[in-house]
Amino acid sequence: MHSFGYRANALLTFSFTILALMCAIASLTDNFNSPSPTANVQILNVNRFQKKSTGDDEVAITIDISADLQSLFTWNTKQVFVFLAAEYSTPKNSLNQVSLWDGIIPAKEDAKFSIKTKNKYRFIDQGSNLRGRDFNMTLHWHVMPKTGKMFADKLVLPGFRLPESYR
Amino acid sequence: MDWQGQKIAEQLMQIMLVVFAIGAFLTGYIMGSFQLMLFIYAGGVVLTTLIIIPNWPFFNRNHQKWLEPSEAEKYPKPQVTGLISKKKTHKK
Repeated sequence: MHSFGYRANALLTFSFTILALMCAIASLTDNFNSPSPTANVQILNVNRFQKKSTGDDEVAITIDISADLQSLFTWNTKQVFVFLAAEYSTPKNSLNQVSLWDGIIPAKEDAKFSIKTKNKYRFIDQGSNLRGRDFNMTLHWHVMPKTGKMFADKLVLPGFRLPESYR
Repeated sequence: MDWQGQKIAEQLMQIMLVVFAIGAFLTGYIMGSFQLMLFIYAGGVVLTTLIIIPNWPFFNRNHQKWLEPSEAEKYPKPQVTGLISKKKTHKK
């Protein structure tokens, strides 16, 4: 500690090490958060249901998504990425997951929402298996922290069914 | 800075940074603001820098008394020779 440079180096190194420890502990506090999110999805309308020239089925729907994800936010949350996926099984694939809509929630106030939207991404099957198909709408979310571990979870909403015939 | 001052500087730095870190973390956690924690900690780092890096007078209280040059000449340093005898002599 005999010169300015020596003391400055010691101070900077020590302060940055402590900062890293603070961030690690802040990330650990996220484990104490027990979230209780709710969500509800309804299909308002099936706009189009056709078989494409490639032989794959395609569905265009209008959906009503309402959710309360406010309990996911902690002091260490930067944003929550949420997406809605249609999940079903076919003879060809045991699990199909098709993402229909996603969004970024930047703050706790925006986490309670209700929107009506057409599907943002196309709902196309690998094959022609969608007529009369039962499927689940699963809401997935990724809680992105300011520092540390990212948590991901989902909520399964079963009981949806596509029409028996093309329209 | 003298030796005592250096020791004070190091201890002061460690204590101040740890205290500010704990204070910043608790305040940020209770208020629910990550940014507040960072601001308080940054303020603490700046304050610590201002206190321990410049050569303040209170670091120089215990001035090291070196020997006067005339006093040192009376007791010259012993010359170290390269020859060391390895024979053991037993004298009864």
